Amino acid sequence: MQELSLNILDIAENSVKAGAALITVAVEYRTARDRLTVTIADNGCGMSAETLQKVTDPFYTTRTTRRVGMGLPLWKMAAEMTGGALAVQSREGVGTTVTATFGLSHIDRLPLGDLPQTMTTLIGGSPEKDFVLEFDYDGRRFTADTRQYRAVLGEEIPLSAPEVLSYIDSAIREGIAKCCPDPGVL
Amino acid sequence: MKSLEELAALRERMKNSVAMRQDNSNTTRVVVGMATCGIAAGARPVLTAFVEEVNRRGLQDVTVTQAGCIGMCKLEPIVEVFQPGKEKVTYVKMTPDKVARIVSEHLVNGNPVMEYTVGAYME
Repeated sequence: MQELSLNILDIAENSVKAGAALITVAVEYRTARDRLTVTIADNGCGMSAETLQKVTDPFYTTRTTRRVGMGLPLWKMAAEMTGGALAVQSREGVGTTVTATFGLSHIDRLPLGDLPQTMTTLIGGSPEKDFVLEFDYDGRRFTADTRQYRAVLGEEIPLSAPEVLSYIDSAIREGIAKCCPDPGVL
Repeated sequence: MKSLEELAALRERMKNSVAMRQDNSNTTRVVVGMATCGIAAGARPVLTAFVEEVNRRGLQDVTVTQAGCIGMCKLEPIVEVFQPGKEKVTYVKMTPDKVARIVSEHLVNGNPVMEYTVGAYME
């Protein structure tokens, strides 16, 4: 993975497959504490305590098509190699929350990358689900919420319509730029 | 700044075209593999390129969707094209710059770009 947004897409796809109706991606920069925290939370089917213990093992997967599951192990590695950590909380029938922390200025921290494209890929792939992006750069916040967009669009226009995705992409791009004028530090 | 009023205006403009999209049963499906292997190999910008190119050309009878791991991880990003009454075409090792040609030659004119397919890759 060349950017954190690709991992975010990959982990959030797990939430999609877990049958979540609402998936929240929170990206929080704290420059004074030299910390970046990325949280992906869903209200999907959750995992048993037994499964939860094995989720960061690359040779464990719930799939039957192949025997490796690289998503969470790669995300854990991306966090740990910057002095950060990965925490996964889950309850069956309630949902899962994956929290990754990063050393913000660590030389091995991957750049955030194209987060708007990750969000539109998620929304376009599952227009029946709701996604929330909470972006926070040192307290300057931007939120994109598909429930708000859905209320405006009504039932006849799907969130996956290319024109709508293009609107959402621009809205997120502008929102992030407003919180952090220098994309080079993200 | 993008406002919700802009989105409401977009809704008004789109009402007719969406009705056309839903009524068409002759739909071509473009499916992009979006599992860990696909994402790491570059599937996300490929998907975006398809959505943008289909939108740019105003193709009403094409949908772009996602799938999980298709099973040939080393050939990712993989894109499958399903057209009614025709055999599935599988494109491998996709990049965004291959997309415009596939949309033009295959989706619009019905001629798969053979050199990008899994068949050509395996030869």
